[in-house]
Amino acid sequence: MHKYFPHTQHDVEEMLKVIGAKNIDDLFKAIPKDLQIKKDYNIPLALSDIELDHHLNELAGKNQILKIFRGAGAYDTYTPSVVSALSSRQEFLTSYTPYQPEVSQGTLQYIFEFQSMITMLTGLNVANASMYDGATSTAEAMFMANAHTKKNTILVSETINPSILEVIKTYARYKKINVKMIPMKDGITDIHSLDQSNDYMGVIVQNPNYYGIVEDYTNISNWIHEQGGLLIINQDGQSLGILRSPASFKADIAAGELQSLGVPLSFGGAYVGYLATTNALMRKMPGRICGVTTDVDGKRAFVLTLQAREQHIRRAKANSNICSNQSLMALSVTIYLSLIGKNGLKEMTQHVLNASHDLYTKLIHTGLFEPVFNQPFYREFALKARVDLKALNNYLLTHNILGPLEIENNVGLFAVTEKTTLKDINNFIEKVVAFK
Amino acid sequence: MIYYDKLIFELSKNERIGYHFKSDDFKTVTLPSNLLRMEPLDLPEVSELDVVRHYTNVSKKNFGIDSNFYPLGSCTMKYNPKINDQLASLRGFQAIHPLQPTSTAQGALHVIYETNRMLSELTGMYAYSLNTFAGAHGELAGLMIMRAYHDKNKDFNRQTIIVPDSAHGTNPASASVAGFNVVEIKSNDDGTVNIEALKAALNDTVAGLMLTNPNTAGVFEKDIKLVADLVHEAGGLVYYDGANLNALLGKAKPGDMGFDITHLNLHKTFSTPHGGGGPGSGPVGVSEKLVEFLPNPHIIKTDNGYTFKNFEDSIGMVGSFYGNFSVYLRAYIYILSLGKENIGKIGPYAVLNANYIQASLKHLYQLPIKDYCMHEFVFDGLIDQSTHVKTLDIAKRLLDYGFHAPTIYFPLIFSQSMMIEPTEVESKETLDAFIHALKVIAEEAILDPEKVKHAPHTTPVRRLDEVTAARSPKVSFKDL
Amino acid sequence: MNKNLLFQETHEWLELNGNKARIGITDYAQDALGAIVYIELPSVGETFDKGETFGAVESVKSASDLYMPVSGKVIAVNEELTNSPELVNEDPYKNFFIEIEVFDESELKTLIDEESYKKTL
Repeated sequence: MHKYFPHTQHDVEEMLKVIGAKNIDDLFKAIPKDLQIKKDYNIPLALSDIELDHHLNELAGKNQILKIFRGAGAYDTYTPSVVSALSSRQEFLTSYTPYQPEVSQGTLQYIFEFQSMITMLTGLNVANASMYDGATSTAEAMFMANAHTKKNTILVSETINPSILEVIKTYARYKKINVKMIPMKDGITDIHSLDQSNDYMGVIVQNPNYYGIVEDYTNISNWIHEQGGLLIINQDGQSLGILRSPASFKADIAAGELQSLGVPLSFGGAYVGYLATTNALMRKMPGRICGVTTDVDGKRAFVLTLQAREQHIRRAKANSNICSNQSLMALSVTIYLSLIGKNGLKEMTQHVLNASHDLYTKLIHTGLFEPVFNQPFYREFALKARVDLKALNNYLLTHNILGPLEIENNVGLFAVTEKTTLKDINNFIEKVVAFK
Repeated sequence: MIYYDKLIFELSKNERIGYHFKSDDFKTVTLPSNLLRMEPLDLPEVSELDVVRHYTNVSKKNFGIDSNFYPLGSCTMKYNPKINDQLASLRGFQAIHPLQPTSTAQGALHVIYETNRMLSELTGMYAYSLNTFAGAHGELAGLMIMRAYHDKNKDFNRQTIIVPDSAHGTNPASASVAGFNVVEIKSNDDGTVNIEALKAALNDTVAGLMLTNPNTAGVFEKDIKLVADLVHEAGGLVYYDGANLNALLGKAKPGDMGFDITHLNLHKTFSTPHGGGGPGSGPVGVSEKLVEFLPNPHIIKTDNGYTFKNFEDSIGMVGSFYGNFSVYLRAYIYILSLGKENIGKIGPYAVLNANYIQASLKHLYQLPIKDYCMHEFVFDGLIDQSTHVKTLDIAKRLLDYGFHAPTIYFPLIFSQSMMIEPTEVESKETLDAFIHALKVIAEEAILDPEKVKHAPHTTPVRRLDEVTAARSPKVSFKDL
Repeated sequence: MNKNLLFQETHEWLELNGNKARIGITDYAQDALGAIVYIELPSVGETFDKGETFGAVESVKSASDLYMPVSGKVIAVNEELTNSPELVNEDPYKNFFIEIEVFDESELKTLIDEESYKKTL
């Protein structure tokens, strides 16, 4: 017997009697004999709970927990205790897609609250129930632009995170969409060298961009709209609390990663993407959307709506194949934003702004780094090292510090978060100086 | 109990806070005004207790596997073991940055490598990528691999994917997104592939065929080897939608059946929590000749430990990092907790449970496919249709009896589909209670049909107006 | 009842008026779809071949494509249906989807009359 299988010998006999079969093997007659497995799987013997506890702790112990000064799409954010406690409630954790809304009002309600918060943060009118991550969300935004404008070229800024660019290119390649890059000049997107065209479905830009630089997209917005294309802004979750909203740049679609809002680093996943758009594009938006309605007794209730766009109905004609979302992570973000609220988000983003500049100034002061760009930045920045950056990073590791990401030869991308204290920064600087 | 109907925004009161954060004495920095947010931040202002009570009460409006039986066909709603959640939350897994040097993350990389190896072993495939976030995402990657393979062989005219009409909607949708044309072929009455229809559709413009086995009606494709051979002879590849793998654990491997590419749903077969709709994990697996095409980065084992490597022929990256690590970590733990001795019992017990329900109710409900089923089966409405009680009504009435309804109106090949999948974790007592409820409902359908047609009666809300919700969608608080 | 209408098996009707025609869906179609929640219509000026999809009708649980009975250019679109798609459920023969300029009158021969259409159901 195993604790996950309740069947006793007696149960099996009784059930087979009702079925009218001699043994369980009989039930598998449809599988041809030559396809039936003959030997055991080559996997380990079962581990008991105590053995599992030991094994997983051992594995976890082989991962080094570091004081983190790098970002590039994943940020060392703090998960409030209430977020973990509430999102692990079994009614949230072990439920599935709200196919029967009458017994899924919990899920539907938090999705509605999530959508509401995303529309408020982005300034756009409609948001869906979340996407796999910021990168795939941006790629799906590209598909929306393709379906809406019926044009075939997407423009992407060179200031975008290279991983996001890779994902966009993968999705574009198979849908036979052309990806054309907009050059970077002084760390920001430079459209001046580009000619107009009537084949641009839109432009994808990132704010803050890969280098942490905050860009003003007013000119690009006007430029692309003049040509009948869409403006797609990929903007990180936490930055929506302090930086100009996508809507204020007249973005048609906003997509991005929400991991920086209390979702654990967890070696790259599970994270959660968002997708928001204008009313005009609402029916082109992939993924699940929750709406409010009434029930037969007039009570307010929540339900999945606009399902006729989705794969299970449109099949080959759907704009996207997406089925599940990152529901539980969306819940986590919703609880997080409820806890920190308007004041908390303001305080934390101001802290991140201040701390990143403090680190920047101090690093330059050590004499070991020089600026790469001369642009306003939030949370992240690039510096050129006057020493061997690989060696410095190895040295920092011995002190349990994760130094900057080397994005080019001896150029490091540094990041701070709301967890980074003055003490952390001073300690970091001290180690850098000691390395000199 | 009073019905809780507040939105978090409606609890907000100016000045309340739910966080405790201290910043340090940094110099205050201000960005140029043209770069700053202008609109007010309209997030709720609530105390910590407000948040806790609110979401606790919201959760109580939900039904989870921990609550009661959840026989959603095709979803494999099995128990989500708590030890998986507990061990996946260890700090040594949660606090690791995906871009920290691989030498500092060997524990995590071991999980990726071994999960990959064990899934390959369990399914007879050569290797997997765990980078895909969900089943549909794995399908998409799998089809991109098919395209990349044919392009490498300069078979550019192979632009069509064949899909049976009994297939799950993501199959043709994924094929379209991957740039293919889709041809749907009519299946046999039991949802299996019609060999003649397949032969007629095969030619040198076909890139491949997508199949689920057992199919969406719970029937095993006995001719699967013939199907695979036919497609291979025509120069195509065969894709396995692993949604129904639960029936096969312990009995058969997709790799042996001739499938070239597969995806799995770890949140189905491998017990990871469904989370209200996600996150899932949809690893994509391939035969040896297709390994290079898997999404980047690949995981490899060297003399110095595990590391990542990018392959030139890869379809590319399909996500920013390495997929839903915290999800497949749970699958890793699950596989180890069952081990070689027990994992092969999943198929047998799952199939036993499904057949038990089928046999117990076939005198009351229409059974379109009369043979033994696999891990799930379909009823096509009540046998006695005299009072016009439909599958929707039966599903809603089941909610009153404390069960989650099965999947309804899928697969599309039966007009009153009710697809039931109990999984292997359910005891005979639970199944008997479910069977009893369906017997009572069948009786009610004749003696008191209005009761069934107006069900549910005891849920927090009842029979929602989905029409208005779709005609004039209100999808955010400001729309209220 | 609809003597001057022509039909096709995919449940569209066509009402000819000189070299123009109005197109809609039949009562059978609107009933099968259930409450219609949204109608995707083309823009004025777009042209389609016979058999091409020119739009779609959505209900809560399904979506159906609309197929051109004959080739033509869209000269008018029923704007009322944008806000009130339920009009089609109420009266499918009065509430047309689009009005077109017919390109090739000979294509009309492939359409069938109401009686023949009813036989296909």
